[in-house]
Amino acid sequence: MKTISKLWFFIGILIVLSPLGLLLPEYFKAGSAWGEWGVDEILQMVGYLPEGLGKISRIWNAPIPDYTFKGQEEAGLLSLSLGYIASALIGILAVVVLVFLITKFLSKKDNL
Amino acid sequence: MHIPDGYLGPATCGFFYLIMLPIWTAASRIVKRRLSTKQVPLLAIGAAFSFVIMMFNVPIPGGSTGHAVGGVLVAILLGPWAACIAITVALVIQALLFGDGGITAIGANCFNMAFVLPFAGYYIYKAVSYKAAINSRRRVIAAGVAGYLALNIAAGLTGFIFGIQPLLHKTVDGRALYCPYGLNVALPVMLGEHLLVFGWVEAIVTALVIKYLQKYDPQLLAEGRSI
Repeated sequence: MKTISKLWFFIGILIVLSPLGLLLPEYFKAGSAWGEWGVDEILQMVGYLPEGLGKISRIWNAPIPDYTFKGQEEAGLLSLSLGYIASALIGILAVVVLVFLITKFLSKKDNL
Repeated sequence: MHIPDGYLGPATCGFFYLIMLPIWTAASRIVKRRLSTKQVPLLAIGAAFSFVIMMFNVPIPGGSTGHAVGGVLVAILLGPWAACIAITVALVIQALLFGDGGITAIGANCFNMAFVLPFAGYYIYKAVSYKAAINSRRRVIAAGVAGYLALNIAAGLTGFIFGIQPLLHKTVDGRALYCPYGLNVALPVMLGEHLLVFGWVEAIVTALVIKYLQKYDPQLLAEGRSI
């Protein structure tokens, strides 16, 4: 199927371009998405930290928080961009594996 | 539009998980019945596309950021139920691996972005492109209109869910327990920024890909192919 490979190629281009999603907000001095602030930002904006928010926000420690690798927090934009691309690759690999697992699980047994 | 952990109270989180359970079950049943082996790679591409397009944060200079979801395109190509599965997969991976959207809010985020968005987009596209030829301009316009409206419907709903939190949960001295902004702020801000900026991104992405497919693989747009 030719279209499928073309579409994967297209996804590949999006992966390479993905750091735009990091660099453009940086360039235009845009902050977090509305409602997606960190605890420090909330504290600054509202003047206090809502109690439940403070508790539940720590419930899960993602391995690659905000598409940034451990130790990269202070890194430059180039390093962050490469991390962003690596995150896109890892994420897409995980997404594809999960889709294939789900469809395998869903496919009728007699078809396999 | 990814609600993080801590912004929604337990009742809201549980409510949306409960709502999503039958939706996920129905989606699985329907996809199981209608998905052909040949369509599996397309489903994977749909999920991958939705995942990566959400990484393209678009800035409002000096303000906040937002992004497209890509869900309307997936719904047009594969049908709303398959799109529900594809976007759910993308959202679950984003929450688990990247902390983008909370794990307690997966139900709510999936309701907005993996259910309401693809279904709204799919039926708006169907309505606007009703009886239009596969290669017609009206299909491209329908894709854009569906992308724009569906993203805004989902954003409005997200704003509503944020906004009712201070009504549901408050301490005795009036402080918010979870999302501190009420409907008077959350709803107009979420709707406003998506109407003005991010909705157009979803519209353009959806319309452009449909235009490309019209030229290179119109078969994918044929009626009755979606799940």
